[in-house]
Amino acid sequence: MAVTQVFGARVRRREDPRLIRGTATYTDDVTLPGLCYAAFVRSPHAHARIRRVDTSRARSAPGVLGVFTMQDLEGKVNPIPCGWQVPNCDLKTPPHPPLARDKVRFVGDAVAVVVAESRAQAYDAAALVEVEYEVLPAVVDMEAALQSTTLVHEDVPHNRVLLWSVKGGDFEAAAREPGVRVVRQRLVNQRLIPNAMETRAATAQYNPGTGELTLWVTSQNPHIARVILSGVLSFPEHKLRVIAPEVGGGFGSKIPVYPEEAVVAHLATRLARPVKWAETRRENYLATIHGRDHITDAEMAVRPDGTVVGLRVRTLANFGAYLSTAAPAIPTILYGLVLSGPYRIPNIECEVTGVFTNTTPTDAYRGAGRPEATYVLERMMDLAARELGLDPAEIRRRNLIPKDQFPYTVATGITYDSGDYARALDRALEILDYPKVRAEQAAARQQGRYLGVGLSTYVEICGAGPSKVVGSTGFAGGLWESAVVRFSPTGKVTVFTGTSPHGQGEETTFAQIVSHELGVPLDDVEVLHGDTDSILMGWGTYGSRTTPVGGTAVYLAAQKVKEKAKRIAAHQLEVSADDLVFENGRFHVRGAPDRGMTIQEVALQAYLAWNLPEGMEPGLEGQANWDPSNFVFPFGTHACVVEVDPETGQVRILRYVAVDDCGRVINPLIVDGQVHGGIVQGVAQALWEGARYDPAGNLLTGSMAEYAVPKASWLPRLECDRTETPTPVNPLGVKGVGETGTIAATPCVVNAVMDALSPLGIRHLDMPLWPERVWRAIRQAKGGAA
Amino acid sequence: MIPATFEYVRARSVREAISLLQQHGGRAKLLAGGHSLLPLMKLRLSQPEMLIDLGPVDELRGIREEGGSLVIGALTTHDEVANSPLVRERVPLLAECASQIGDVQVRNRGTIGGNLAHADPAADYPAAVLALEAQMECEGPAGSRTVPASQWFVDLLTTALGPDEVLCRVRVPVQTKGQGWSYIKLPHPASGYSLLGVACLVTVDGGVCRDARVAVTGAGPKAVRLTKVEQALVGKRLEEAAVAEAARLASDGLEATDDLYASAEYKRHLAVVYTKRALLRAAERAAG
Repeated sequence: MAVTQVFGARVRRREDPRLIRGTATYTDDVTLPGLCYAAFVRSPHAHARIRRVDTSRARSAPGVLGVFTMQDLEGKVNPIPCGWQVPNCDLKTPPHPPLARDKVRFVGDAVAVVVAESRAQAYDAAALVEVEYEVLPAVVDMEAALQSTTLVHEDVPHNRVLLWSVKGGDFEAAAREPGVRVVRQRLVNQRLIPNAMETRAATAQYNPGTGELTLWVTSQNPHIARVILSGVLSFPEHKLRVIAPEVGGGFGSKIPVYPEEAVVAHLATRLARPVKWAETRRENYLATIHGRDHITDAEMAVRPDGTVVGLRVRTLANFGAYLSTAAPAIPTILYGLVLSGPYRIPNIECEVTGVFTNTTPTDAYRGAGRPEATYVLERMMDLAARELGLDPAEIRRRNLIPKDQFPYTVATGITYDSGDYARALDRALEILDYPKVRAEQAAARQQGRYLGVGLSTYVEICGAGPSKVVGSTGFAGGLWESAVVRFSPTGKVTVFTGTSPHGQGEETTFAQIVSHELGVPLDDVEVLHGDTDSILMGWGTYGSRTTPVGGTAVYLAAQKVKEKAKRIAAHQLEVSADDLVFENGRFHVRGAPDRGMTIQEVALQAYLAWNLPEGMEPGLEGQANWDPSNFVFPFGTHACVVEVDPETGQVRILRYVAVDDCGRVINPLIVDGQVHGGIVQGVAQALWEGARYDPAGNLLTGSMAEYAVPKASWLPRLECDRTETPTPVNPLGVKGVGETGTIAATPCVVNAVMDALSPLGIRHLDMPLWPERVWRAIRQAKGGAA
Repeated sequence: MIPATFEYVRARSVREAISLLQQHGGRAKLLAGGHSLLPLMKLRLSQPEMLIDLGPVDELRGIREEGGSLVIGALTTHDEVANSPLVRERVPLLAECASQIGDVQVRNRGTIGGNLAHADPAADYPAAVLALEAQMECEGPAGSRTVPASQWFVDLLTTALGPDEVLCRVRVPVQTKGQGWSYIKLPHPASGYSLLGVACLVTVDGGVCRDARVAVTGAGPKAVRLTKVEQALVGKRLEEAAVAEAARLASDGLEATDDLYASAEYKRHLAVVYTKRALLRAAERAAG
């Protein structure tokens, strides 16, 4: 039964050969006759008034076709809107002009754009645009920004973007309960740079004959881009085609619609020539969104037996200089609502203050809010355990939501679908051989070696989501997903999905779903995505929603195909549909296996239409739109062992164990890959990555020579295992897995390092745990200078 | 990340490269592996009008043994040095150093000549060539000359190489029996350069250190020998206590600069720790 084994099989990613061999077509690979190139002139100042822009020298430079400033775009390219206007939080939405109008607000803010015959000419000419700035004081630090008279946007007092809160239960009352102790800690979740392997790019072509504008763009959600850009450009949506061709990673940074894309699309119509722009890595660091950047004061109220009775969190979230597309949701609903994690915490309060600063705008970065929440929660669990003298595994076990209590509604109001959290914790401890590791740690301490064990128990909220629910949170769209499954007359299958995978492997997993359901060979299934002309609608790939939402739509579309095929087969075999059995891609009469037809034979009949049931339309395809009833909630436990070199402060990871539960697994190889990548990104935040600005707002980590992207050789072999608890939310039983590693790994590593340093009385250090920071803490703990 | 306009010429000989340098004054740059120069050009921090590619100049390639030294052509890649059986046998310190430069891609393109002529303050080779007392063989309009490593590194990104000169070969005395060696570094997590690197070469006879050469890179504007440490080791048995005591002198007067990832104070501390560790490893090797 080869066919039924496709679902759940370790099928190699069909995307990979073209990606590895360099035969994939990315936006920057799109070549068109008459193509010209754009380069943006960017502000070297974090905050300055634009006195004058002199484009004359640039205009007369070789090959230049035009130089444009905001003045040239007024009324033609509208401000870039924010797509997730979270309600009830006094959200300020100052306009985000496509090019800076009067002021620049961060280093990298685009002031002008040059179009030339070649890319080199465009960059050369961009260097000739003279901008006279009146430099203003910059606000970089969030706490200072809230007090400052310097305003990033004049109409946003105190630079306060929003003030959002959620309250479940009564923290104060819980904290007053006799015997309850309140553990407090300030936690910094530093700013990260997403670093997709492919930088952003846009190529636009206008056809004056048809009036159609086509934009190839590095997007995780081309349909959203089309909706937004039709508004920004005042261009009729049906004449606008957005294509996300091969997209080389995003991690959230390619969700937003950015000014450059709108400007490039406009210039193609204006110049009646195709225009291409591709970010340099330096521009990517400055002008593509960053992630995280929170400062949090957390309080956890805990009984002497380790029962957590309350969590109160006050967070400052840095929004950078403008509101990016989904930014308001990240530190609010995707953060505050998930603070209960896998635990029963009856009283949770969270207050978030969003702050504008003269820095690169922030938005979703892999995990988007959920890693920040998990970091707070998991660090506080460890601090509470230490305060009470409890084992970190034990305090977690005592607070986990028991498996018989699902669906379970947490204090923040979300209802979890399914889970067996204790099982994942037990399995992780078993793989680690926890008692043995603790014994090794004790022995090492005798020798003056600092070994640490870290745990992280998490639940992720993903698979967005019920459109009604996200609509109520201010999302300006739906989050259902569409799919078409279409047979061709020769029995091959094309799948169209509204999701837009860019490295996650759904060309393979969706083919597995269809191959499994329709009994056709895997190689006979093609999965298409990313083109608004061929795909009805879609909301894109992010938030670990592609398989639970998009995959379910594909599954349902396949069911419709199967049902129609069955009716055709029954008609042609002259039996009742109820008498047919579908097995291995073939319908046959129950009890008479010789009387049957393959689904490919049915497909041909469907197109020939010579002999179809009365009233049936020809053709064989199924279309489904799936809007889930709830989010899905993957979970798990990660554990690691680290060693700290007390002389240098260097941290080495000796072991890393991950037990994840993402419901039913379609392709274990791909799930492993997603988990691996996620872990590495999460570990990188703990140990290496961190964007840094100087007080004037200059990005000090402006290139890969300063910003440490992790390398494979820095990690040990990752010991991954899974438990499998299907979700009742979708018929496939699948949950998302794209972000679990990132969510779990960061606190896991920090907890391990703090555990290693615990004999020195070191309680907490902020990330990244660069060697010098650790060394200074050790020196101070031993009685030396800080 | 798009360089300014430049002319590109492939030199066919050292002589031709010198004459092009003469014609274009300071406006031309020699191109070897390009791993230091091209990033600077992409950021437009360096805007040479002409690049003189030494790639076709075969006389700058190859490793041979000659009169008690290895003569290594300037275009020899880090990978070739790291994996050359001759280097690994005769000058294992240099091979150990080369194997830790950057990553595989960098080692496949970057060259020993380019590295030493660029003199990045955090490069790895400078520490090794100082400890090995290598000689730089340069050719210029006036003929050839040899500069000892001790006089090669002048300041930040500045060497004794003249504006019209080409660094052609590095002459490295072969290590002898009874010598122990080590190169260890704490790499910068982003760039892979040395946050701090220490090279050492000790000569031990009858259990006693007769000669010690210790050099540090990454701390300040240029790599330097740690003469106080060296002096403290001579005549001593290289046991942990003696080595630790000598290593403490590593930070004494060591010029160190703050950067984003590590403060000068931390680098001085690392110099002590890494000197101790490098010496202990070298002592172990000297003992066989």
